[in-house]
Amino acid sequence: MSHPVRAAVPEDLLRTLAPQVLGGLLRRYGATQLDLCENAVQDALLAAHEQWPVQGTPEDPRAWLLATARHRLIDQIRSDTSRRRREQTHAQLAHPLAQGPPAPAGGGDDSLRLLELCCHPALTTSAQVALTLRAVAGLTTAQIAHAYLLPEATVAQRISRAKARIRDVGATFPAPTSPEDRLEPVLSVLYLMFNEGHTATTGDSLYDTDLTREAIRLARMIHAELPGHGEAAGLLALMLLTDARRAARTDSAGRMIPLDEQDRTTWNQRDIREGIDILRRTLPGRPPTPYLLQAAIAALHAEAPGTEETDWAEILALYKLLEQVTANPMVTLNRAVAEAMVRGPAAGLALVDRLAGAALPRDHHRLLAVRAHLLERAGDLAAAREIYRRAARRTLSAPERDYLLSRARRLADPADPAVSADPADPPAGLSG
Amino acid sequence: MKYLVLMQVDPAVIEGLTEEQQQRIYDGHQAFMEETTKSGEMLSTHALGDPSQSTVIRGGAKPQIVDGPFAETKEFMGGYYLLDVESKERAIELAQRIPDAGIEGLALEIRPVMFSAGADM
Repeated sequence: MSHPVRAAVPEDLLRTLAPQVLGGLLRRYGATQLDLCENAVQDALLAAHEQWPVQGTPEDPRAWLLATARHRLIDQIRSDTSRRRREQTHAQLAHPLAQGPPAPAGGGDDSLRLLELCCHPALTTSAQVALTLRAVAGLTTAQIAHAYLLPEATVAQRISRAKARIRDVGATFPAPTSPEDRLEPVLSVLYLMFNEGHTATTGDSLYDTDLTREAIRLARMIHAELPGHGEAAGLLALMLLTDARRAARTDSAGRMIPLDEQDRTTWNQRDIREGIDILRRTLPGRPPTPYLLQAAIAALHAEAPGTEETDWAEILALYKLLEQVTANPMVTLNRAVAEAMVRGPAAGLALVDRLAGAALPRDHHRLLAVRAHLLERAGDLAAAREIYRRAARRTLSAPERDYLLSRARRLADPADPAVSADPADPPAGLSG
Repeated sequence: MKYLVLMQVDPAVIEGLTEEQQQRIYDGHQAFMEETTKSGEMLSTHALGDPSQSTVIRGGAKPQIVDGPFAETKEFMGGYYLLDVESKERAIELAQRIPDAGIEGLALEIRPVMFSAGADM
């Protein structure tokens, strides 16, 4: 028996076009129609999955999706049983926001507006993330639920509440304090998504979602659209330079490997080159801003063949700048590690002592982990062992707890002379 | 952030409740479930049978199986809510709305979750 040949649906293309199509609908019908428009785009994507394999991919896939989504939108409104809602919506559809600028050829600008809408400041962080993954990244509710280990019903409820909230606030934004500041929440949502990082690997490719790659994909999209935006470039570079170390960061059993013990030959050189290229293009003549500075620090680590050869003096200088622009105690904690590398462990410990009980709680797990590490470098092994154990009790990450306990065990075993004198992987994150 | 809100019960306190208190607890839990489901913060909840229905396995090379609960305490875990919230403060704020919080002799414990896996996740 023979079957007609079904061509594969160009999944990447669909996921790139989905936010452009949704953004296009919103520009025409108003951002308060996010719920209706998003459903229409989902329907259009479904139609593409059914029809394209049989009829072939249309010549202008974006126009096809836009036309299909608009038809579905109108069908949806017609079948809407609530008369009042129908009338309201009809009024809006009869007077679309046609006075807006014409659609840009690529549709990328529409995707940016959509991102800003999904990261609206009236939403909670978890709602911003869920809505972004669904409406911009084009993931299904099941995929998002799976990535965050949440029940599907919980995620579905969050997304529908988020859409309702955007409708309630009329999709209006508070007055911007700078032309770039609407992008700020977008960048921090993407960074949060990136740092969640855990890859759900059940072997079921239908649900497996790599949040890190999704975050990089969206950051790439923003950078392509706004190549002159310093922080957007900085965020993409930071993500690439951090993700380049992914394979080296854990062993085959999933245990954490600190920076100084990582096999640097497994770092992804293509990602490192791309990250450094972005920085070379972006840094000159620009004020130091948080993502750019963090990316510059990550680049210094990426370029060094080992911990000893790392330019710690430059890293220390960059952390000082980062401290000035963010005033974040987690940055100061990272600076303590750099201080120790440049001026010795006592200098690092003095800085940790100044933070403890002041800018950070005395029993903060990262603070304890850094203190233990610096005590170990200073040769106070008994104290280091005790503080590693205290840090292990405080962390909420199982791999980090296991890592800290294994550091403590290494110090406890007098038969093991191999006590490392190098720093643990300094966290790139500001959020602590 | 996922938090587990453990409801600690003392069977003697539960037995001493008035009809009205019992109804208030029932209604309070219904309202709490409805509210947290609507807000997208509820993951799951379970209430447990009486501690007398418990079996304990004492760990060791040869695990020991004993009928009945841990004998050392008069407070037992009566059930839990698993919530996913923005912050620890929010978890504490929500837990205070659980009707048990208003009953002398009952207690709630709020603990962060470190690892999750399961069928509906």
